[in-house]
Amino acid sequence: MLKTFTRGGIHPPEEKLSAHTSIQSLPLPAIAIIPVAQHLGAPAKIEINKGDVVKTGQLIARGDGFVSANVHASVSGKVVKIEDVTDVSGYRKPAVIIEVSGDDWLESIIRNEYLDSEIKLTGEEILARITESGIVGLGGATFPSQVKMTIPRGKKVDCLVINGVECEPYLTADHRLMIEKGAEILVGIELLKRAMNVNVAHIGIENNKPDAIRLMHNLVMSHKGIEVHALKIKYPQGAEKQLIKAILNREVPSGGLPVDVGVVAFNVGTVFAIYEAIQKNKPLFERIVTVTGKSLRQPANYKVRIGTPVSLLIQCAGGLPDNTGKIICGGPMMGKTLINADVPIVKGSSGILIIPSGESNRKPVQPCVRCAKCVSVCPMGLEPYLLMPLSEQKIYDRLETEHVMDCMECGSCSYICPANRPLLDFIRLGKLQVGKIIRSRK
Amino acid sequence: MSILYTIVSLSLLGAVSALVLYFVAQKFKVFEDPRIDLVEAELPAANCGGCGYAGCRNLAETMVKAETLEGLYCPVGGNAVMARIAAVLGRDAVAREARIAVLRCNGTCEFRPRINQYDGVSSCAMVSALYGGETGCSYGCLGCGDCVAVCSFDALHMDPFTGLPVVDDMKCTACGSCVKTCPKNLFELRKRWKGEKKIYVACMNKDRGAIAGKNCKVACIGCSKCFKVCPHEAITINNYLAFIDSDKCKLCRKCVTECPTNSIIEFGFPIKKVISESSSLSTQLNQKEE
Amino acid sequence: MSNLLTVSPSPHVGTTQSVNKLMYGVVLSLVPAFLVSVYFFGAGALIVTLISIASCVVFESAIQRFILKSEVRISDGSAIVTGLLLAFNLPSNIPWWMIVIGALFAIGVGKMTYGGLGNNPFNPALVGRVFLLISFPVQMTSWPLPMVSRLQYTDATTGATPLGVLKEAVRNGETVTEVMKQLPDHMQLFLGQMGGSLGEVSAAALLLGFLWLLYKKIITWHIPVFIVTTVFVFTGILWMIDPSKNASPAFHILTGGVLLGAIYMATDLVTSPMTIPGMILFAIGIGVITVVIRVFGAYPEGVSFAILIMNAFVPLINKYLKPSRFGKEVKYV
Repeated sequence: MLKTFTRGGIHPPEEKLSAHTSIQSLPLPAIAIIPVAQHLGAPAKIEINKGDVVKTGQLIARGDGFVSANVHASVSGKVVKIEDVTDVSGYRKPAVIIEVSGDDWLESIIRNEYLDSEIKLTGEEILARITESGIVGLGGATFPSQVKMTIPRGKKVDCLVINGVECEPYLTADHRLMIEKGAEILVGIELLKRAMNVNVAHIGIENNKPDAIRLMHNLVMSHKGIEVHALKIKYPQGAEKQLIKAILNREVPSGGLPVDVGVVAFNVGTVFAIYEAIQKNKPLFERIVTVTGKSLRQPANYKVRIGTPVSLLIQCAGGLPDNTGKIICGGPMMGKTLINADVPIVKGSSGILIIPSGESNRKPVQPCVRCAKCVSVCPMGLEPYLLMPLSEQKIYDRLETEHVMDCMECGSCSYICPANRPLLDFIRLGKLQVGKIIRSRK
Repeated sequence: MSILYTIVSLSLLGAVSALVLYFVAQKFKVFEDPRIDLVEAELPAANCGGCGYAGCRNLAETMVKAETLEGLYCPVGGNAVMARIAAVLGRDAVAREARIAVLRCNGTCEFRPRINQYDGVSSCAMVSALYGGETGCSYGCLGCGDCVAVCSFDALHMDPFTGLPVVDDMKCTACGSCVKTCPKNLFELRKRWKGEKKIYVACMNKDRGAIAGKNCKVACIGCSKCFKVCPHEAITINNYLAFIDSDKCKLCRKCVTECPTNSIIEFGFPIKKVISESSSLSTQLNQKEE
Repeated sequence: MSNLLTVSPSPHVGTTQSVNKLMYGVVLSLVPAFLVSVYFFGAGALIVTLISIASCVVFESAIQRFILKSEVRISDGSAIVTGLLLAFNLPSNIPWWMIVIGALFAIGVGKMTYGGLGNNPFNPALVGRVFLLISFPVQMTSWPLPMVSRLQYTDATTGATPLGVLKEAVRNGETVTEVMKQLPDHMQLFLGQMGGSLGEVSAAALLLGFLWLLYKKIITWHIPVFIVTTVFVFTGILWMIDPSKNASPAFHILTGGVLLGAIYMATDLVTSPMTIPGMILFAIGIGVITVVIRVFGAYPEGVSFAILIMNAFVPLINKYLKPSRFGKEVKYV
């Protein structure tokens, strides 16, 4: 019996087109565009000037305040511009633009890829190095890792949960990372155990990655206190609340965080970045990105430098198909559509998905037939059929009592609705307004 | 015979109920200042919220309870209605200058090309929450008509050729609903002149001039030429964007001629400058006048 | 224009299911019952079904087009389902104009006055059926016998349904065991060889349809199973108390509209509760009221009224029986 979360969930077609394509390094771009706000929290403050020559791995912006993260140069070259650049949202945000020349790394970075499993630093040193290296959650949330690792007073953490689930269809970056760098990930887990002073870690992997499950299972045999759990294939198993429920049967309370039930969760990509930061002195400036889509000639997994324009990834994957309707950054359930391919890859970009124009348009909306499918699939136990009209009619106090703020915007309700109703759109709008009202009360 | 019983018993029931209701109504009567009804009768009963209160009755209650009418104003009724209310309540009348809603964007389909297409719920609030819009200017009108839907006076309509909402000056009461609704803050209540004359900067773009101009042909690029030429110090420039204060402006139109991108709109004047043959907003409106 | 990328909010994939597929799935599941009804009741069954479907569709499109002045949406199939289910609640010898009136009431009052698809609190087919029952009680309670008048329509030979016979007999003081000898045996009841409305007679055909609905994930099993179980248990208790006055539970389930109501009418998506506990409560309520009307009430059959009564409770059920939220209480194992 595979473990799973008990409430809701859907089974979209998995489409893991690139699951067996090993990671290739993407060639360097000619220009790298590095935004200073790639994470949740305050944007980093730029510390270099136009005209400076930077090395790969050099700090270019420092985190501003506690909930923030450092940003490092992912390439070497001259800073040609510091200006606002259009990002994923279509709005302009400040970024550092570097004209790439060569690939000159900081001397302190150990460039070889030999496995280094010796842990030489203390817990505090590990935390300091993670902060210094600009590590953020690479699963997509981009929450600064050092903030997550700082346990608030009065709370206790007894185990770590490592997220190797990758429940979004099409995405395979975490899968390939586990297969190719599984040992390194385990060292990263040991580093985290020391930094957070816990002895137990659980790795959750969805059952559609049997090779990764087998590999990780074999690797943990030589590690004490780490377990691998194969999980039932169901979206959104990779959401941290659902992951913790499936593995440990603990429910994070409404409005709370995993630390409230004694757990801190990390994505495998983040763990690998932590390994590199501690063992190789390498700050976060590259990540694995899946480039995929049924119309793409060569779906692949690339190791990409932050700041690379999406167009280069698409070019290496066989070029943009003529009938492209949407370019999505992320997976099909929660990803954001791009307005063009000039947008840069940032720390949270887990995948680029090409959707042909025939599948890009929404179907016509029909009246709600109260089939209750949305209620049965909601992993948080909410009632989307009710939240949508409340949001349309702007009845914000009732929206709040119906717990709209619990919604994690996974999209299961909109996915399953036979009447193609834009449930999640209205719920998101409602959350925005209710969030404003709640903040204005404080 | 049995019909008699029915008639008598039901009539008795009715009479008893009526008596009970009468006494209860008398005993639990809430005293309300009769002046509230009088004031409410003077108000236009639009319940638009333009006064800042919850409906016309709420405003009437507030006016009766307040000592002075200072700070209370019904924009729909205007000075005429406020004068009558002042007379009813025996207080000093308040008068304000008339205002009119103006859309500070002229980014039509011709001037501001689309760079992507949006597929989703057709609501400006929704689009604005998602991204910067279908054009390169993320400050401009999104064209989904949230303002049209919220106007209670039928004063806003979408123009299908320009993709922008048009204010019907005859119907607009400057209640402010469109101002509150527009997620891009494009509406402004400006001073209303005779003949509906208007001069305003039809742009809210705060990008650098080069970028603003690239995305829209009639964007304000913040070149400051209008600021330099204005004899009444009515123009300020902030964040590469000019703003004409309608209370200081004297309608001399020097700025309109100076503006290199034609982003300052003049309306209600005889045509002074030929801009372009086609769909410039002021040319269209002036043509409609003739 | 075709070179522009499309921007839309997530999710970017969706189910292949649609409202039309749900409705047509229901129509398909009713095909076995329809074939059986034609086999037993012949021409009348065909005529009643066709007139009912046609009237419902025509009335819905006319109301949408001329009164509501909105888009005509009969292609979603919901009017066809209402027409089919209304027909299945009628006797096969009912005059055509009564069917038309019933359809007008079902669609016009039962569905469109509330705002069309998705907004009606009561099952429209049952609203039409009950309206006809109250307006034309004689016509609506004379049931053609199976197999005998298959080529006739309004002049088919009629007789009482098994439930009707039972009610009369008990009222006259006969014991149940004596009455049972006059009625068809359990196998005949299961296959449908009895008097009754078009759709209710054949348990076998209805169960086939039920399996199809489950396979296509159009309904869940909870409402039909709990209605049938409640009826079974309640009548079982009564039967054990006094077998001379009460028929066996199996008899109660195989006769009358229990199966038709449980599988098709109570499970109507629009008028049934939104959560599993709500559905279970709804189903138990229907079962109890059905048996109460059958045993203690004046009518021999009570499913239609039971369902309509419970439909009225559905908003209350939805308000209080909400799904259990994730993280409501801290669960720390």
